[in-house]
Amino acid sequence: MKLLKSLLSVAVIAGGLGGVAHAQDSVTIGVSVPAADHGWTGGVNYFAQQAIDRLSATYPNVNYVFASAADAPKQIADIEDMVSTRNIDALVILPGDPDAMTSAIKQVKDAGKFVTVVDRQLSIDGVENLYVAGDNPGLGANSAEYFKQVMPDGGNIVILRGLPIPIDQQRFDAFMAGIEGTNITVLDDEFANWNRDDGFKVMQDFLTRFPDIKGVWAQDDDIALGAIEAIRQAGREDEMFIVGGAGMQQILQRVQAGDKLVPIDVSYSPAMIATAIELTTSHFTGGIQVAGRYILDSTVITADNVEEFLDPDSPF
Amino acid sequence: MMSVSVPDLPAKTGRSFRPDLKTIGPLVALALLVLLGISLNENFLSYNNITNVLARSSFIGIIAIGATFVITSGGLDLSVGSMAAVVAGIMIIVMNALIPSMGISLGVILIGMAAGLAVGGVAGIGNGMMITRGRIEAFIVTLGTMGIFRSLVTFLADGGTLSLNFQIADLYRPVYYNGLLGVPWPIIVFALVAVAGEIVMRRTAFGRYCAAIGSNEQVARYSSISVDNVRLITYILQGVLVGVAVLLYVPRLGSASSTTGVLWELEAIAAVIIGGTTLKGGYGRVWGTVVGVIILGLIGNILNLQSFISPYLNGAFQGVIIILAVLLQRGRRSA
Repeated sequence: MKLLKSLLSVAVIAGGLGGVAHAQDSVTIGVSVPAADHGWTGGVNYFAQQAIDRLSATYPNVNYVFASAADAPKQIADIEDMVSTRNIDALVILPGDPDAMTSAIKQVKDAGKFVTVVDRQLSIDGVENLYVAGDNPGLGANSAEYFKQVMPDGGNIVILRGLPIPIDQQRFDAFMAGIEGTNITVLDDEFANWNRDDGFKVMQDFLTRFPDIKGVWAQDDDIALGAIEAIRQAGREDEMFIVGGAGMQQILQRVQAGDKLVPIDVSYSPAMIATAIELTTSHFTGGIQVAGRYILDSTVITADNVEEFLDPDSPF
Repeated sequence: MMSVSVPDLPAKTGRSFRPDLKTIGPLVALALLVLLGISLNENFLSYNNITNVLARSSFIGIIAIGATFVITSGGLDLSVGSMAAVVAGIMIIVMNALIPSMGISLGVILIGMAAGLAVGGVAGIGNGMMITRGRIEAFIVTLGTMGIFRSLVTFLADGGTLSLNFQIADLYRPVYYNGLLGVPWPIIVFALVAVAGEIVMRRTAFGRYCAAIGSNEQVARYSSISVDNVRLITYILQGVLVGVAVLLYVPRLGSASSTTGVLWELEAIAAVIIGGTTLKGGYGRVWGTVVGVIILGLIGNILNLQSFISPYLNGAFQGVIIILAVLLQRGRRSA
């Protein structure tokens, strides 16, 4: 697809007198994302590709260069290649490790390119033109709000956290602030590494330790799926409910089916990469101002609004 | 090189009658961990907790028994974790694909299981052929296939998660969660594999050949042992045992993703070493591996059963125990 398009544009340039003028009209946007190493990043890759396909059909004069990198050095090499060999006009990047990549992204900006950063904040402020992200504190706060609602008299809960990184801390702090002053008691919190197998193990051990658990905050849907199996095994699915996060299709189907164990979910969609690509493209095609911060809501997904979040083609 | 030394096997079998620190080390460590667990949480020895820990350790355990043979014969397999993920992924794809023609039936599960064992076996043949016929270092071959298998499962899952059809998953579920006389199937299978492994290692020619090759490959060759074939068989055995482990893993969560089996190779190797098998090869102890697996499983469990030691330190505990185990082994081969 992309190869064909670049061959076509070469043909146009080589073919006619208007070729040079044409080349100047066209815009190249680089898109760099981390490799699909778990469900959520798999979704990022899927939604990025989908947005690129859709937008290249709509705007024939916009070219996209897409790269997916397993680690920071590879991602830095990708964006250097984009600047030096593909002469990009803009970069849309979801940095795998923002701290390691800040200076490389700053160089792209200093070379006069439009820079859009997605999801993860860089370690220096003011590098990017546009920042598109989900609402991490909101995810914690909205989850806490739900716990307060369904547990007005309080009760015992356990928390299965993600990995020890800033995103996890923001979510956790907002959640704890949200339940402050209520009778909700957090028995313990452990890291389950955003992973099903670890969700299963940690939940099994929580169930062994605590005979009375009313609620589980799993902070992520992959962890929640593992925890659900542990709860089913212990035969305690009638005693508690579990709130995950991110909007994975399997969890949303349970919400839609009215599963009492999984009453709601809180969105943190990998589709935010598509929003970022779309906004960056309209900066060039629509001539409208898009610079600034664009924070997507961490919406509470219930049986009432689950329809709009279901997507049978999504790998996440 | 005028004289050829005889493999020092008889000396080693004699050793097992004289229990020393190296032999009882893992058992002492296990006993101390159990005491620690009891003192931390009253539910530690509960039936549920013990079966939970043993059942979820059984995947690593079955794989580690295969690794005991590979390591005893002087080899190494770093690809087992990624291989497990790929086997799980292909099993799920095969079963989902069969449903339209065969319906929700036991046949689908049986074919899925056969596919899992076959994929594991073929992967083992691949590793083994490259190492024995291709003459490439085992470390390099399996480091390569580790990457290949890992990206293969990411590709098959399209970066997301492969999920087993819900109805088939319900039918398959009892294979992990049910059992015989209250003992879950994974524990039973783990025990059977362990007993069979111990017998093969101790009482068969194949087991002795593994130790002989690991001890001194040249001498083994001169003793007319078919070194390449024995090596090849250890890798095939490893692959098939990865398949067996996955047969029990798939019904647990009914899914495979690129995070399935991450670092299982290191846990398996650690269990083998803690159990007293020499990393350089030449001496293997299957029952020791079983103790090693249980020790690693209990460390994680104990850290989850209390809240004053940070779970961040889980890896540190495992590391200390691995290093201690190897320290205890020192001097065995310099004697």
